[in-house]
Amino acid sequence: MYEFLRDLDRRVIFSLMALAVAVPILLQITPPEKATPIVRDAFETIEALEEGDRVYMAFDFDPASAGELQPMATAFVRHACEKKLKIYFTALWPVGPQFIKNAERDVISRDFPDMVYGEDYVDLGFKTGNEGVIKLVANDLRTQYPQDARGTPIDDIPMMEGVASIRDFDVIMNVSAGYPGTKEWVQYAVASAPDDVKLVAGCTGVQAPLLYPYYPQQMSGLLAAIKGAAEYESLVLGKYGRENEPGMYQEGLRRMAPQLSGHILMVGLIFVGNLVYFMARKRGEA
Amino acid sequence: MMKRTIPMLLAMAAGIVMILAYFFPPLTPLQDKTTVWFNILAAVAFILGGGNLLKVHLKKVSDRREGWAYSMITLAAFVGVLAIGLFKIGVNPLDEFPAQRMAGDFRAEGSGFWYVYEYVFAPLTATIFSMLAFYVASAAFRAFRAKNLEAILLLGTAFVILLGRTAAGVFLTDFLPEEGILANFRLENLTVWIMNNPVTAGNRAIMIGIALGTASVSLKILLGVDRSYLGGGD
Repeated sequence: MYEFLRDLDRRVIFSLMALAVAVPILLQITPPEKATPIVRDAFETIEALEEGDRVYMAFDFDPASAGELQPMATAFVRHACEKKLKIYFTALWPVGPQFIKNAERDVISRDFPDMVYGEDYVDLGFKTGNEGVIKLVANDLRTQYPQDARGTPIDDIPMMEGVASIRDFDVIMNVSAGYPGTKEWVQYAVASAPDDVKLVAGCTGVQAPLLYPYYPQQMSGLLAAIKGAAEYESLVLGKYGRENEPGMYQEGLRRMAPQLSGHILMVGLIFVGNLVYFMARKRGEA
Repeated sequence: MMKRTIPMLLAMAAGIVMILAYFFPPLTPLQDKTTVWFNILAAVAFILGGGNLLKVHLKKVSDRREGWAYSMITLAAFVGVLAIGLFKIGVNPLDEFPAQRMAGDFRAEGSGFWYVYEYVFAPLTATIFSMLAFYVASAAFRAFRAKNLEAILLLGTAFVILLGRTAAGVFLTDFLPEEGILANFRLENLTVWIMNNPVTAGNRAIMIGIALGTASVSLKILLGVDRSYLGGGD
């Protein structure tokens, strides 16, 4: 047994991981989620807004991290739509606009068909410049975005009236996979007017420890990784859930089961690995 | 002079404007102007980046260096996607201008660019990222050993976080009360405590260190002491 474990082929481990992820997906298991304070604060920040308030929705991620971030992006957009907020989409990553298009197609056009482009939501598109864009938006949004992603001058867009800088938005909702992302929004947008600008964010698990120091002073709430997305979804569904909810509004919750089995497998592997290590030490092999 | 002194003076002037504007609000318009220049330069850098990619890989192919076939694939993918986007291949015209195909959105559903993104780029990047789970599992089995006190602490923390970030955490310590001192030992609460306290404290220390380092490097650049960003090795 000791020799078997010591020489365990990595393909066995890969197969175990594949099974740990695949079985819960195939069985469609959805474990219950209870929101942690940091996620509840993000939800409550949006809940506290009034109809017609402005949210700046920044999608700063790419398909590589969409597995973690797409569910929270969808939940953010749905929550904003349910609250009848005015949504201003932007992206600092070149592939971000595709996620804006997805949100427009999957959430707004499908479930909120009454929302009118230019009056209830607008796509300002991708801008290159990383934190340079954020810095400029903090003072003068109209210079940075003279037109929307469709080429319409922003002076001709009704919902752009009265919008001059980031201070004119009630909340920034950022979904970020790295640089430029939440950290830059804190450093250049929130720091420019700490009393006027609120930020809630969703990020990957790897990024989360780097962002915790900003909560709760500079950041009103944070959704960390797929667990954060699942918790936020449970809150949105709890408040606005309808019968026969489309699967895309429960993607985070669904992905918690493969995460659970994957984590248990990891704990088991670490435990067995250490067992092998101590046995080897006892035999004088380590 | 044109290659080194003027770019250095421009960088120094831009940096000083950004710092002064922070303390003297009347300089904010100048700061904004500088930021606009920065953003324009960043856009130009995209073109330079593309040109550099072509140069490096064409050279590799022409020299038949090891792995030149991969360079061919890179070049084909780069030129192909660029052409699909620039010439708006497969783009449907807008309803307002049915005769003008080039007026259509190159990212709209059904366009060539959309197909490449949805069926090539997105699956490929997602696949690469998801393979991490397999390699992390294998690495954890072979390398995560309780060799000393530090490793044991790391191991303990990893167990708490791995379980506390799932429903297993709630299930395993469900026997503990939800209120009172003992509630702090529930795995889900212990996870939050670890993230909010030791992790945050450690990260704050790192961030302060990075900020001090950044300030020091920035000062060296502003004063013209560090010129490495101009290239040339000094």
